[in-house]
Amino acid sequence: MSKASLSKDDVKAMLVLACERIIAAEPMLSEADRNLGDGDHGLGMQRGMTAAKEGLEAGPVDSIEKAFNTVGMKMMSSMGGASGAIFGTYFRNGGKALAGNETFDAAGLAAFLKAGVDGVKQRGGAAVGDKTCVDAMEPAAVKAAEVAGQSLPEAIQAVAAAADAGKEASKAMVAKFGRAKTLGDGCIGFPDAGACSVVVIIEAFRDFIAA
Amino acid sequence: MSQANPAKKIINDPLKCADELFEGLVLAYDGKARRVGTRSIVMNDLRPDAPALLVGGGAGHEPIYHGLIGKGMADGAAVGEIFAAPPPDIVLEATQAVNRGKGVLYLYGNYAGDVMNFDIGAELAEEEGITVKTVIINDDVCSAPPTEKGKRRGVAGLVPITKIAGAAAQTVDSLDELARIAQKAVDMTRTVGVSTKPGSIPATGKPTFELADDVIGLGMGIHGEKGVGLIPMCTADELAAKILDLLFGDDLALNAGDEIVFFVNSLGSTHMMELLILLRGAKPILEQRGIKIHHTIVDNIVTCQEMAGVSFSITKLDAELKKLWDMPCESVGYTKL
Repeated sequence: MSKASLSKDDVKAMLVLACERIIAAEPMLSEADRNLGDGDHGLGMQRGMTAAKEGLEAGPVDSIEKAFNTVGMKMMSSMGGASGAIFGTYFRNGGKALAGNETFDAAGLAAFLKAGVDGVKQRGGAAVGDKTCVDAMEPAAVKAAEVAGQSLPEAIQAVAAAADAGKEASKAMVAKFGRAKTLGDGCIGFPDAGACSVVVIIEAFRDFIAA
Repeated sequence: MSQANPAKKIINDPLKCADELFEGLVLAYDGKARRVGTRSIVMNDLRPDAPALLVGGGAGHEPIYHGLIGKGMADGAAVGEIFAAPPPDIVLEATQAVNRGKGVLYLYGNYAGDVMNFDIGAELAEEEGITVKTVIINDDVCSAPPTEKGKRRGVAGLVPITKIAGAAAQTVDSLDELARIAQKAVDMTRTVGVSTKPGSIPATGKPTFELADDVIGLGMGIHGEKGVGLIPMCTADELAAKILDLLFGDDLALNAGDEIVFFVNSLGSTHMMELLILLRGAKPILEQRGIKIHHTIVDNIVTCQEMAGVSFSITKLDAELKKLWDMPCESVGYTKL
């Protein structure tokens, strides 16, 4: 039985699932980063999402916006460095777009993904094609806008597929940021680790909504 | 038996270096500064009703940045993990602690992680009604051409820049004025560094980069970022001339009669002996051009663990900057009588 819309408590449960999925995906994310970067992306995300889960579970959430904001703030403060700032911005900015919303539906999903990726692009200066997390975030946001009129379960299916396709497309790209930049063509064939994290998060949303 | 760490670091726990050095730094201030929140340090005796100066960055480069808080220097510092920018909540806690109602100037080096985290810290502070302005230090001549200053990293020039901004924070009444002077100090400062050996990462003992025994990395960054090229090992006099050539070749006009602060900095393990020999080689070259050294600093202040190498920084003084330079300052990292 899928969920047509989510309450603030549902959103909290969905975000806790996303945290657990990232924590469990640490070996996969670390391996992805070892191919391109310094191999610490999985550990950083695991640390960030462990803190986020603790933050979410510390007490009842006041609002949908606050639930997303908690994840963003906890990731930023526990991770530090560039990736803490980037994923923190994603959840914080995305959450701001949901201020005042009592329920989370397909339109809310689209608003979250759009504001989130816009924040990340503005913060870090990356665009689609640079082999970063934006390569999964942007197609997810674009697809979400297209399907914003559909039911939430239908919309999240399409959005998760778009994010995964974006991550797959990142394999063929040459990196423009971070340590991977120094590899040049050597990074072709591997997906960006940040894009892999985005897919894990959005697939957790999909599975929670479908359940 | 645990694997010996080739760097032979005298530490307790490789993963707790940032926290433990921070605790030690607070002690080194003899009660004149205090710990705030997770990992911020703030001076106790701050001029009331004045704009504040906040510095910060990753740990592992001691005594910067957090050792540059003090009388006539920065009011506080936000401290990150080893070689990683402080997260925004640490920036925020430091901002709240130094703010005295006149706003806060962020002054830090140009690295992506620092820019993002300080920017978010600024947004959080503004949400609380604290006005923040930012001046980014980008004095590293060899990290990008003069036409792309936005890509230049911040290195040892941060010492004279922070000293001048710290003096300004003692005298000006508005945040705009403090930011204007700090930006002027940045605009008037250039640095060129060279490396002969890497430092190591405390958590792993691994070197931060690789460099052959018989070469010098010209223009290398303090984390081993690629410079402008490798040159064979040479004498101190030859090296001093090469570094000065790169500084003279940049876009800061240095003419006869100009007065400068000249800072010879060790990147970690290069000895005072070598710094003094380099200074001796540089002085006649500057004199030949009619450039007057108003003040000399010879010290290791901007470091990367036991990295070996040296940097020369030049800050050109106009009347305003000279007056600020001549004020005394006192901090763990740099003191001027």
